[in-house]
Amino acid sequence: MIELSDVHKSFGKVEVLKGITASVEKGEVVCIIGPSGSGKSTILRCINGLESYDRGEISVEGLRVDRDAPSIVNIRTQVSMVFQRFNLFPHRTALENVIEGPLFVKKEPRAQVLERGRALLAQVGLAEKADAHPPQLSGGQQQRVAIARALAMQPKAILFDEPTSALDPELVGDVLGVMRKLADDGMTMVVVTHEMGFARDVADRVLFIDGGVIVEQGPAKSVLNQPQHARTQDFLRRVLHPL
Amino acid sequence: MKGFWRDAVEFFPILLNGVALTIIVTIGSLLLSTVLGLVWAMMRVSGIKALSMLSASLINVIRGIPIIVLLFYLYFVMPDLGVTLSALQAAILGLGIAYSAYQAENFRAGIEAIDKGQIEAAQSIGMGWWLTMRRVVLPQAVRIVLPPYGNVMIMMLKDSSQASTITVAELALQGKLIASSTFKNTSVFTLVALMYLTMSIPLILLVRHFEKRAGKR
Repeated sequence: MIELSDVHKSFGKVEVLKGITASVEKGEVVCIIGPSGSGKSTILRCINGLESYDRGEISVEGLRVDRDAPSIVNIRTQVSMVFQRFNLFPHRTALENVIEGPLFVKKEPRAQVLERGRALLAQVGLAEKADAHPPQLSGGQQQRVAIARALAMQPKAILFDEPTSALDPELVGDVLGVMRKLADDGMTMVVVTHEMGFARDVADRVLFIDGGVIVEQGPAKSVLNQPQHARTQDFLRRVLHPL
Repeated sequence: MKGFWRDAVEFFPILLNGVALTIIVTIGSLLLSTVLGLVWAMMRVSGIKALSMLSASLINVIRGIPIIVLLFYLYFVMPDLGVTLSALQAAILGLGIAYSAYQAENFRAGIEAIDKGQIEAAQSIGMGWWLTMRRVVLPQAVRIVLPPYGNVMIMMLKDSSQASTITVAELALQGKLIASSTFKNTSVFTLVALMYLTMSIPLILLVRHFEKRAGKR
């Protein structure tokens, strides 16, 4: 469903992606792990055209991702994104945040969108917060609203960019819980994360990225429990046993 | 003091005519400068190089010309080019153009102060440039822009007196006319100053209100 082939990307003189080839199948949950600065987030941002890429090709359902082409809107409505810092619209309520896309981009009828928006807020456990503005919500609640906003577009896949990295530790569980339920329901997900427990339990596949290349990939349990590559072993040791 | 009150009662109605014109000039040029300023600011942040450069140079040209020269140009030079404007039209146009440069810079600063994540979130749900501006950026920028906008309103109210140089009989010119025919300079100009101040105070309070509201977030 999402295909990357030999994707290269530089910021100025720094090459952050040095030939990424990967694919994500429908219904699959893929976690991308790796040290900071390895290019994990850049991959996600290239998939929905928030960044351009220099070489190679990315396609979503056979449609080439080109952030300067009109077709990018089509891709973005099919592939939603959840950000590390939520990026909710602070001047709109939780419900308004959720219905913004369907109402103004997809131009669906208001009554239908409102109903779906409320249902989605209930699904992420925030039915009673529909009229709250983002600054009145905790980080965990904001991120769950952001997930509802992503779902409201009825996407074929959702990209998660370190969705729990900006949260207080005790709020991480709520967000991961919502994501796990999505995965169980068959949503296609690409998740950049440092939550190894989530990757092990929920992901079908894990990609370990370091220095702009995929160092190792495979079924979640085998990559995380028996990493083959020395760099993967080293990274996992440091993440799982920081002391 | 007694003389002042007697003069005040006598001149106040005449000066009120001036106040009416002052308000018309202020509101007219405020509206014009807001619209033009928005256009310049939008061009500036459009991401299209030609538009943004055109807007930047326009703003610099406007900023580099004194308001009074702009007014003279519109009122005295345009007729030579076949465009005759009434004094009031020239005043509103001149002040509106002059202030559009400051408005544009103010609006641009407000737009650029919006977190980039907001724009990315808008893009990620498929919004194009204009929808992102209208639904996400501008509503948030308004909060940031309002306090300086209020200050511009106060400055415009006072700078509307420059319209007197091209014969618009607003408050300052009315005062000058009365003063030069009655020689009661003290009474007349004290009265004029008080009337400007009276009009400014609500605006000053409005700015304070804006600032309080902007500080809340």
